[in-house]
Amino acid sequence: MPQLIIDGRVLEVEPGKTIIEAAFENGITIPHFCWHPALSPDGNCRMCLVTVGAHKKDSDGALLYGDDGNPEVSWFPKKQIACATPVTDGMIVDSISKETVETQNAVMEFLLINHPLDCPICDEAGQCKLQEYALVHSKGKSRFDEEKVAKDKRVQLGPNIIFDGERCISCSRCIRFADEVAKQPVLTFVGRGDKVTITTFPDTTFDSPYSMNVIDICPVGALTSMDFRFKARVWEMSFTDSVCPGCARGCNISIGVMNNEVLRTEPVTNMHVNNYWMCDHGRLAVPTIVNNNRTSGPMIRRDGVLESVTWDEAIAATVERLKSFKPQEITILGSSLASNEDNYLLAKLAKEQLQTSNIDYIQHLSHDFGDDMLRVNETAPNAIGAHTAGIAVGTNGHGVAKLVDRIKHGDVKVLVVLEDSLDDFSDELAEASAGVEALIVLTSHTNLTAKQASILLPTTVFAETEGTFTNIHHRVQHFSPAVVTKDNERLMTMKQSRWDKFGAPNDRWSSGEKRDARPAWKIIQALCVGLGANYAFGSSGDVFNDMAHHLSGFKDMSYPSLKKHQGLILGKGNSPEKEEEVYQSHVMKPA
Amino acid sequence: MANVKTNTEAQRLTFWERIYLPEIARGMGLTFKQMLQPTFTRQYPEERWEPEGSYRGRPVLVLEDGKERCVACGLCSRVCPALAIEVRAAETTDDKERYPEKFEINMLRCIYCGFCEEVCPEEAIVMSKDYELVFGSQEEGILGKEKLLVPVAQLRDRLEFLRQWK
Repeated sequence: MPQLIIDGRVLEVEPGKTIIEAAFENGITIPHFCWHPALSPDGNCRMCLVTVGAHKKDSDGALLYGDDGNPEVSWFPKKQIACATPVTDGMIVDSISKETVETQNAVMEFLLINHPLDCPICDEAGQCKLQEYALVHSKGKSRFDEEKVAKDKRVQLGPNIIFDGERCISCSRCIRFADEVAKQPVLTFVGRGDKVTITTFPDTTFDSPYSMNVIDICPVGALTSMDFRFKARVWEMSFTDSVCPGCARGCNISIGVMNNEVLRTEPVTNMHVNNYWMCDHGRLAVPTIVNNNRTSGPMIRRDGVLESVTWDEAIAATVERLKSFKPQEITILGSSLASNEDNYLLAKLAKEQLQTSNIDYIQHLSHDFGDDMLRVNETAPNAIGAHTAGIAVGTNGHGVAKLVDRIKHGDVKVLVVLEDSLDDFSDELAEASAGVEALIVLTSHTNLTAKQASILLPTTVFAETEGTFTNIHHRVQHFSPAVVTKDNERLMTMKQSRWDKFGAPNDRWSSGEKRDARPAWKIIQALCVGLGANYAFGSSGDVFNDMAHHLSGFKDMSYPSLKKHQGLILGKGNSPEKEEEVYQSHVMKPA
Repeated sequence: MANVKTNTEAQRLTFWERIYLPEIARGMGLTFKQMLQPTFTRQYPEERWEPEGSYRGRPVLVLEDGKERCVACGLCSRVCPALAIEVRAAETTDDKERYPEKFEINMLRCIYCGFCEEVCPEEAIVMSKDYELVFGSQEEGILGKEKLLVPVAQLRDRLEFLRQWK
């Protein structure tokens, strides 16, 4: 393996790596704009210029050392770009000497010549690579007296992306992403010199299902999201690590919340799940799932109308209904939309308290959602998890058709539904379920089943509680609460923006909507206790520890270890993957 | 009680001080002397004081050409130590793509430090000369855009001061 010296550190790297890769793997950051580990090196921004040399030898081939013991180096006369120079054995690289940094400063000065410096307007401000390097590599003054080049500021490149030509530093990351990752090569440079700009080929639009990733990898604010444009500044939001519920892939995401409203979703690098990316569907779905169409406050149907009641009343009424029917008349539907913890306690309710074997869940399957990149046809996040947590699919051969049959034959008097809207599976099932004697619905959204409910118990969504999903590749992944509900009013672990930290309840800006919803496991635990159980789980973590204790798949797992390793595979709780440096294109530095 | 040292006022005063008469005369002397001096009292509110440009009164937004200068960058809101400012941005079709859809200063929180003005990249928020701030309720103390926008002509002194000294 080639051995090289970067900034005095002796490194051994695999052959074929470039200098910037070798440095990155060993925790040395060389300033860059156009380099991205998932894209081919392009070498156009010139920011990663470093001084490269070789160890001097005398005429006999012996290595020469100076008086201070350091190797004597014959430096190359010109600076090299670290992103496209492959490492060779014995190479000596310098990225921090005064001369090298001055070269990088000069590149920075060129990049800033035509940049409009409209940071106060730009959405990227606060997490911008150009801003960040301007702090280190720029003098704060421009020597450029002439007019800056004017370009188009609002070009729609695709349905979700707006391009600002003036802010663009022509790094071509978006073009390479479209070509190499999204496999929709429609973006290109046009023009020459300082007139160069990016556009789509005539009669095409950049509408790939992964198009919005270019917004994340754009090192400046040239590409902005139609969905988010100007909604908030980055430092006003709190960012919480979570898992996308859009499909069973379980892409790692970061949720940006301001005033208790989800405004932005960004992918978090996890090389075992989603690499650096996420799909537009998930990105746009997350704010909708959390913000829109939510249930709040428990309700009981009296004289055909759903009326608001207290939690105690609702729980007592549910327990009373469950008690008044025989176990075989009760059917319980778990959900692949709910977390492992929720499904685990639901299975406990069925098996240990009600002693019914009528427990099942229905898979969310689509025929055309999946692709060969990230999206999979299983469109709910946690089918594997529901199955592993004890909600066995098909053991009693339910399925949609059989369930409809059973309801029609009057075998189902009480139907407990977790999360799902039954009309998602079949209209016939939704129609039939309206006819059961008691339809107990635990759901987070006011869907059709919620409207048909006899008793409606509002649950939290993934962003309002702590929990785990198990993805299609059996990886258990942890998500943290990002949004406050009346029940979880500032859990100790929650990320907070400055506004959350220092705002008073009477401040207008802290008046975001707080929903009266509880985690499903908490509701189910209350039902179990009503039925005579002695469960006393205080948090999702307690439920998970109980699962880790009782279910072999989750053995040796805990929330801290899941967080540390970005998820663990079922049954491999004590053998996580090797930890590596992960590349995140830009991160908001906490205030 | 033998080892208690006493030092009472009665013991400290001399005889002339104790009978007070010369002290009263001295006090009245000062009073009569002041009656003949020029007065400094201002007949507020009939007589109003006009502050200099350096005065930091109520922060206001600069209104220029019928529009606010503010681009809703949110720096004032970030720097405000009292969290008095809330800004919500929205998009316009102008060259400056961004404008404050909502701009509120909670005057009950404001401490008149002037950081908002100092950090503003657009010279859009300045400290005015307005020092008469009375509110009938907490809600009234939260000033929206309609109360904050002041035509640039009225803020010349302050803008001049900032150019010279900021």
